[in-house]
Amino acid sequence: MLSRTADHLYWMSRYLERAENLARMIDAHQRLSLLPRAPEAVRQGWQATLVSLGAGEAFFERYEALTARAAFDFLAFDRQHPGSIVHCLRTARENARAVRGTITSDIWETLNSTYLESLSFTAAMPESARSEFLEWVKYRAHVTRGVTSATLLRDEALYFTRIGTFIERADSTTRLLESRWRDPGGRGERLRAEASEWGVLLRAMSAFEIFRRLYRDSVTPERVTEMLLMRDDLPQSVHRCLDELQSNLAAVANSRSEETRRRVGELHARFHFGRFEDFRAEGLPHFLDRFQARLRELGARIADDFLVPAS
Amino acid sequence: MRAIPYDEMLEAGGVPRPHCRDYWGWLEAQSQECLAQKRSEADALFHRLGITFAVYGERSGTERLIPFDIVPRILPADEWARLEAGLAQRVRALNAFIGDIYHEQRILRAGVMPPERVLCNAQYRPEMQGVNVPGGIYAHVAGIDIVRDANGSFCVLEDNLRVPSGVSYMLENRKMMMRLFPELFAQRPVEPVEQYPDLLLENLKSVAPQGVSDPTVVLLTPGTYNSAYFEHAFLAQQMGIELVEGQDLFVLDDVLYMRTTRGPQRVDVVYRRLDDDFLDPLSFRPDSALGVPGLLTVYRAGHVTIANAIGTGIADDKSVYPYVPEMIRFYLGEAPLLENVRTWILGNPEDRAYALDHLPELVVKEVHGAGGYGMMIGPAATATQIEDFRSRIKAHPERYIAQPTLALSTSPTFSATGVAPRHIDLRPFVLSGGEVRIVPGGLTRVALREGSLIVNSSQGGGTKDTWVLDA
Repeated sequence: MLSRTADHLYWMSRYLERAENLARMIDAHQRLSLLPRAPEAVRQGWQATLVSLGAGEAFFERYEALTARAAFDFLAFDRQHPGSIVHCLRTARENARAVRGTITSDIWETLNSTYLESLSFTAAMPESARSEFLEWVKYRAHVTRGVTSATLLRDEALYFTRIGTFIERADSTTRLLESRWRDPGGRGERLRAEASEWGVLLRAMSAFEIFRRLYRDSVTPERVTEMLLMRDDLPQSVHRCLDELQSNLAAVANSRSEETRRRVGELHARFHFGRFEDFRAEGLPHFLDRFQARLRELGARIADDFLVPAS
Repeated sequence: MRAIPYDEMLEAGGVPRPHCRDYWGWLEAQSQECLAQKRSEADALFHRLGITFAVYGERSGTERLIPFDIVPRILPADEWARLEAGLAQRVRALNAFIGDIYHEQRILRAGVMPPERVLCNAQYRPEMQGVNVPGGIYAHVAGIDIVRDANGSFCVLEDNLRVPSGVSYMLENRKMMMRLFPELFAQRPVEPVEQYPDLLLENLKSVAPQGVSDPTVVLLTPGTYNSAYFEHAFLAQQMGIELVEGQDLFVLDDVLYMRTTRGPQRVDVVYRRLDDDFLDPLSFRPDSALGVPGLLTVYRAGHVTIANAIGTGIADDKSVYPYVPEMIRFYLGEAPLLENVRTWILGNPEDRAYALDHLPELVVKEVHGAGGYGMMIGPAATATQIEDFRSRIKAHPERYIAQPTLALSTSPTFSATGVAPRHIDLRPFVLSGGEVRIVPGGLTRVALREGSLIVNSSQGGGTKDTWVLDA
């Protein structure tokens, strides 16, 4: 496969995944704002999210004050902001357009109609339609993944698509956790509130029922974090994402990718054989930060090995 | 005084021509609402499928639909057979001409055409002199624009031998018609067109460099911002070949490679949809980032086939066009089966004098213009426009030709006020390789504005499905 084709497939799925995870992140805040929280806590929650997305500066260049509405608009509808949902959907579609000869027409049509429909969603929408938008984004991501898995040949095209999906998902799961751990409103003395706040996170990740089934115990930050990091059978978990990254990278291995495979294997082993207690001892926000740096490094290596090789 | 145009479907008095009788009966039985609904259904489908084109000069990334007309253009089998024979003859002669120009130049030595018209032409590529190409084929894909005059006879308006486009619309229009009106195809034998990508691939493989048994063919596109990008992606997908950009290719030791996830892979045939000027920054435009440095060296060494060949523009130049009938006689020893449109070459003093006297009734075209840009249609032009062209012609006569304003044939077309006649042309696609092959029909373009003669999509033209009826 052409390296450039692999590159477009990788970014197509990364941007779609990013759009979905942004929707989940915003959804979590929408749900949080329904809890009895001090306005300051709500503001701090958004602040932590913007920081974890690396979008704090960009936000304050455009908006004077951090309000729930402004943050929602910025992350969902701001067509000038490259990290917004509508922008991600557009970029996913642009990447698909560049490889429409490689993907099936079903996948292309799905991403194309997602983009065309996204044009009708704007910040001017009434409050009630806003959560529908988030649902719609998740639904379109589900549909696209379904169409991809149902129609794409099991070859490199699929493997690079999946590599993009899982590196993005690992990244966004850790960002979500990090923003929760760094959010001062979500910690401290208010234990009951804490349970419901982490419960909100689970619901936004579509993982609440699974938590109940696996733990049969109350929701605590540690348990939620452990589950989202360590379970190898949970599609959203970092461990699972590394499983997938490892196997898909093995499937596309070439003569220069040996070191990248070794590093993914090493990282995977930490989750496969490591203990959550040790991660905790390191300090979770710090641990999550370092993990994201490793992921970024991995992304750069994948680009060098396969996507934009020097010659 | 302009003649009454020939209508493709109706004879004088509104009586349908024999081959259109049952279709016309069906069309008359459809309500305006039903047709309007089918029409908007087609638009919605084209949008969803992303069958769009970009318009030069508009904000980058702007995509538009080419308006699709739901009334087909219908050709009877015997007319098509005559057209097909004429097209094949013409393209054989054009290929012979290009080969001759880049080798012995017999036609110039024989005095059939003035040497400076060829050798001083910007489309003449000295780099190609003496280069042998597989099978002696230069124009592997030719789009020949055909119009029908007031008498109902076909003539050639223009040869497109560089990177002719539009074939994807021919294919998509047929798919759309079959989707919207399956019952029409069940009732009558319409010649299929969907074999085109297979024929094209066979054709490209047949011209691979000597000794390559299983050639790797790629389609070279300028990229997603090109107006014909949809077509490039579509054809690559239909043929199952890689769609590459210049950045995906590189040259090493006189061999062309593409960068793949498994390392470099050799490329044998490049179906390029990029003009000569952009192909190789080392040989042509140095500022082009779209091409491949060193490609020309590989090509001249015979290690890769480029289709269409470099330098084919010398045969589709508007100042060379008037000589095509002579080429047919010269190379094939046959009488031309298809007529040219009468053409005045404004570099010639007598032709110029005539044209300047008759500007209000003529069409004036830039020799190197394309896409309906840089032309003037006398009868539709204002006095100011005519004077503007007059001074332009006087300043650079060699840059212009003139032709009579043709009464292009019309075809019933769906419009806001019902089915009404609109002017059309036809672009059949002629494939040359081991043999010459043409899928029945081609792309019919239609000028949607009432009375307009400009069918180009960049100027508000639309397209129609083209039916060749099986005998």
